[in-house]
Amino acid sequence: MNILTLVRQVPDAEARVKISQQAVDLDGTTLVVDGMDEYGVEEALRMRESGAGVEQIIALAIGPKRNEDALRTALAMGVDRAIHVETNEQFDAVTLSKVVAQVAQAENVGLILVGGQEADWDSQALGAASAERLGWPQLTWTNELKLDGDTLSGRHDVDDGNESFRVTLPAVVTTQQGLNEPRYPTLPNIMKAKKKELRKDDAASYGLQARVRTVGAEIQTRARRNTMIDGKDPQAAAAQLLELLRNEAKVLA
Amino acid sequence: MILIVAEHAAGKLGKATLEMVTAARESGREGPITVLVLGQNVSAIATEAAAVADQVLVADLPQLATYNAETWAAAATQIAQEGEAHTVIIGGSRSGREYAPRVAVKLDAPYLEDVTSLKASGAALQGQRYTYLARVTETVEAEGPVVVVTVKPGSFAAATPAGAAGEQYDVELTLPAPRVEITGKSVEKSSRVALTEADVIVTGGRGVGSPENFSKYVEGLADALGAGVGATRAVVDAGWRPYAEQVGQTGKTVQPGAYIALGVSGAVQHLSGMGKSKNIIAINKDAEAPIFKVADYGIVGDINEIVPALIEASKR
Repeated sequence: MNILTLVRQVPDAEARVKISQQAVDLDGTTLVVDGMDEYGVEEALRMRESGAGVEQIIALAIGPKRNEDALRTALAMGVDRAIHVETNEQFDAVTLSKVVAQVAQAENVGLILVGGQEADWDSQALGAASAERLGWPQLTWTNELKLDGDTLSGRHDVDDGNESFRVTLPAVVTTQQGLNEPRYPTLPNIMKAKKKELRKDDAASYGLQARVRTVGAEIQTRARRNTMIDGKDPQAAAAQLLELLRNEAKVLA
Repeated sequence: MILIVAEHAAGKLGKATLEMVTAARESGREGPITVLVLGQNVSAIATEAAAVADQVLVADLPQLATYNAETWAAAATQIAQEGEAHTVIIGGSRSGREYAPRVAVKLDAPYLEDVTSLKASGAALQGQRYTYLARVTETVEAEGPVVVVTVKPGSFAAATPAGAAGEQYDVELTLPAPRVEITGKSVEKSSRVALTEADVIVTGGRGVGSPENFSKYVEGLADALGAGVGATRAVVDAGWRPYAEQVGQTGKTVQPGAYIALGVSGAVQHLSGMGKSKNIIAINKDAEAPIFKVADYGIVGDINEIVPALIEASKR
């Protein structure tokens, strides 16, 4: 069985985000592999290392040329080969799921791992939409996975707690913090990764048409009061804070 | 029609459903506001929904006793098609954002995810949403015979009755058999108010010092104020607190009336989960902590001294 892992390239969490012409401008921003996706790459590698019947682990990225960096990171972590569907156009997650589904079918994939929430577009839709296009079940927000033959079991978060589950592959899984601790690529593996296949695909062949338009973007910060209270006298500070919360902010009875 | 899929738990209509009704009313989209109630033994929930909706469709079936992404997607799609809905509104809960994309694919509809506003703009439906770890507000729009939307919890006021209660109708559904087998379930039990419902939240970061201090100060203050308890990722990673309490990009998103951060530095990934709180109160001994930049009220001081004083003073 082959596993497909999605890798998205997003701004580093601490990087400053700027807007130009009503859109987020990533020019000059430090970009990294989305941390949520790294959990998926790591989990695929661990499944193979644990002796599950995993033939190939394939990383897929969709986006501009710079996404090669994200794929090289995944290759250096240990995936076998990479596919880059190159496009400069921004597509919504439901549209992008067409690519994921077509690649999964062409590559004979039995399991897709994708990050639970994107650190740029804050979307949770890519995994679920891909599952629907393939007619597969999905497990979201997983924090424990075990592959045994074609049975996948594990645990995931739901609205009011968490559930243990069992499902027969094929399936789509979305990953999150707590699932594992992603490995750092070692220098020898970074060197080896340069020789691994990184195939380029033309986005036009996937029949994509963006359905959601971004018509504006602004960095919006709520004006904060920034009232500082002297903490040297704890009793006085506590009394003053409570007074402000009750009478100025009116958030306490 | 505008189709809203009800959120409910423990036999009660969720506040999210009332918020979705407000979103539908404010959207300027035409047609009756229709609430679809999926579940088993849901007649009381349907009656609650009827108070705010033009009509309520009820699917009271054993197969719907527990939530399943594929079943819910099939049910919502079927009703949207039969009722020729032009707008399908689903809650922005974990489950809502899990099955809504499936509905969008089934209906071949564009999907506006986790919006905080909703309005018709010509033929299009327009919404705002937070992106880039909640640092950016983007305006997005889509058009089509039908658009699927999820609404961010807490973004709209809860709807109150406007006019007579809507009629209730039972609906027939053809549902797929669930393929995911649930082998166990653990419900987060807490005597405290749930984080996403709490009007006041007390959160502790690494600056609190130890798991013992967390209990003493964070839980202590939360109990004194009747607040929910939150934790930062660092605290959860250190094993001091369960993941269920984590606030941030990889945890829960909250926007309470007051967010009291004890020993929290204010990393971007944390701010993305709580930055929309109406009032942010930071107590930290590090005057340089970034949390002070977003705080309404800040105290530079020692938690060991200030929090006991706060607990004591709040009892008066």
